[in-house]
Amino acid sequence: MNTKWSYMTFTKSLLMTIFLMLFIAPFIIILMNSFKAKTEIISNPLSLPNSLKLTNYIEAFERMDYVYAFANSLTITVCSVLLIALFSSMTAHYFVRNKSKFNMYAFFLMVASMIIPFQAIMIPLVKIYGSLELLNSKWALVYMYVGFGSSLAVFIYHGFIKSIPKELEEAALIDGCSRTQTFFKIVFPILMPTTVTVFILNVLWIWNDFLLPFLVLITPTERTLPLATYSFYGTYSAEYGLVMAGLVLTIFPVILVYFFAQKYIIQGVMQGSIK
Amino acid sequence: MITDKGFLKRFRTGILFTAPTLFAFTTVMIVPFLYGLYLTFTNWDGIATTLTYVGFENYRSVFEDKAFWISFLLTLKYVIASVMLINVVAFLLAYTLTSGLKGQKFFRAGFFIPNLIGGILLGLVWQFIFSNLMVFIGKQLNLSFIENSWLVDPDKALGAMVIVTVWQFAGYMMIIYIAGLMSVPNDILEAASIDGANKWVTMRAMILPMIVPSIIICVFLSLQRTFMVYDVNLSLTAGGPYGSTELISMHVFRKAFLSRDYGVGQAEAFVLFLLVATITFLQVYFSKKKEVEA
Repeated sequence: MNTKWSYMTFTKSLLMTIFLMLFIAPFIIILMNSFKAKTEIISNPLSLPNSLKLTNYIEAFERMDYVYAFANSLTITVCSVLLIALFSSMTAHYFVRNKSKFNMYAFFLMVASMIIPFQAIMIPLVKIYGSLELLNSKWALVYMYVGFGSSLAVFIYHGFIKSIPKELEEAALIDGCSRTQTFFKIVFPILMPTTVTVFILNVLWIWNDFLLPFLVLITPTERTLPLATYSFYGTYSAEYGLVMAGLVLTIFPVILVYFFAQKYIIQGVMQGSIK
Repeated sequence: MITDKGFLKRFRTGILFTAPTLFAFTTVMIVPFLYGLYLTFTNWDGIATTLTYVGFENYRSVFEDKAFWISFLLTLKYVIASVMLINVVAFLLAYTLTSGLKGQKFFRAGFFIPNLIGGILLGLVWQFIFSNLMVFIGKQLNLSFIENSWLVDPDKALGAMVIVTVWQFAGYMMIIYIAGLMSVPNDILEAASIDGANKWVTMRAMILPMIVPSIIICVFLSLQRTFMVYDVNLSLTAGGPYGSTELISMHVFRKAFLSRDYGVGQAEAFVLFLLVATITFLQVYFSKKKEVEA
């Protein structure tokens, strides 16, 4: 029994290792080729690079306006996520603690709206905000992310706030806190694990989103990282080494962050899906 | 009930707590949704300042637009293949990675990686894999099925889309299945094995019925995401070769923004929304009936 068991485990581990290597091979291939010249890539895309030349990187970095794109992505993601978490937690708290008809309908409407795909409203969205001349700005995009992201965030917070005993807040109110103070001093800190979940789900979505910024941001200097990489790839698609370096510049910072925050990200996805 | 004193003060707190969310939600989701509904009854071309009411003309055009239905059937094919493969692969990974392997946390983290990166970039990465690396390997080893790029072959390009999609989402669904599998109480599995149930029976009679909620979530999420896919489609095949992989999202996008047929485009977007909502509703409704309690 024992030897058979360990034999099974060994086979499983081996299979998993091989499968995982195949699974992440595309990223490794891109990384390897990003150091090569075009001729080297064509003659053998599987070979290790002759030397760790950084010329591709320097050129890609300049030509895709990497600094701008990265800064844009970072600003948009951070601002949107902070605002979503702040506003949604306040709204969810208010909905749970004040069960008026209006609040119940509003909550129901938000939950129901989650099945509407973005494609069903992108055309009127562009028309409305275009005619108000609100397109082509980061801040309009942040505003839209707050609108699109709040449904799920309110829903997640709502589920968690229901489990917080009301007595805790009543005690604070009796001690002279206002509702706003009670929320920020007592409730918000308790919500921290949920806030981490909301952060993670929204960062994954907003950082990688393509279609919405593609429709909203037109000027090259306002572009986010996925947009900049896509247009860079389109312009230089024949320059293999260069586009590989561009892809690595966009992909690997994320993997680096994941390396440190991996535990929270996996947990966040788990929590977000259970609710 | 906790309440502040005075109506005005209560009203002010209410505004402070709910107005930012509800305002953004209404102006970004609800207003465009309703306005979109209105647009489907007009013949707006994107430039004209006046809209003419055309009744159900646009909806008739949707049902007469052959390309829309061809694209829808193509999407259906892609969705069925992807959803099945995503869930099978994700479940097998989750099952193996909850069986107490050494380093299973590391494996889980590894399989999740594609989900950190946007579809547009994943499509670009795989473009290189399909049209350079695989062709190179095919020529070296004389493997005829990959000697030519799958992305220029109308019969294989959709298969390439399915592979990338499964690769992209399997890790995400795996995490959800892991959460489900970990909530199956160990004592009932032990009881089953004492009673002499083999692995296959345990799986079919105990584990699968108990993780029905996870299956519902995963099938729902993968249905939604694959039906609405746009970015991988754009960056991997751009609808080509010869329109053989133009999935429904891309069709709607092109109808509206390239052919400037906004009324019809929006009507198609709504028809699509209703179709997908119906399919996902039926899926959840019928599989809910299979749920059991431990």
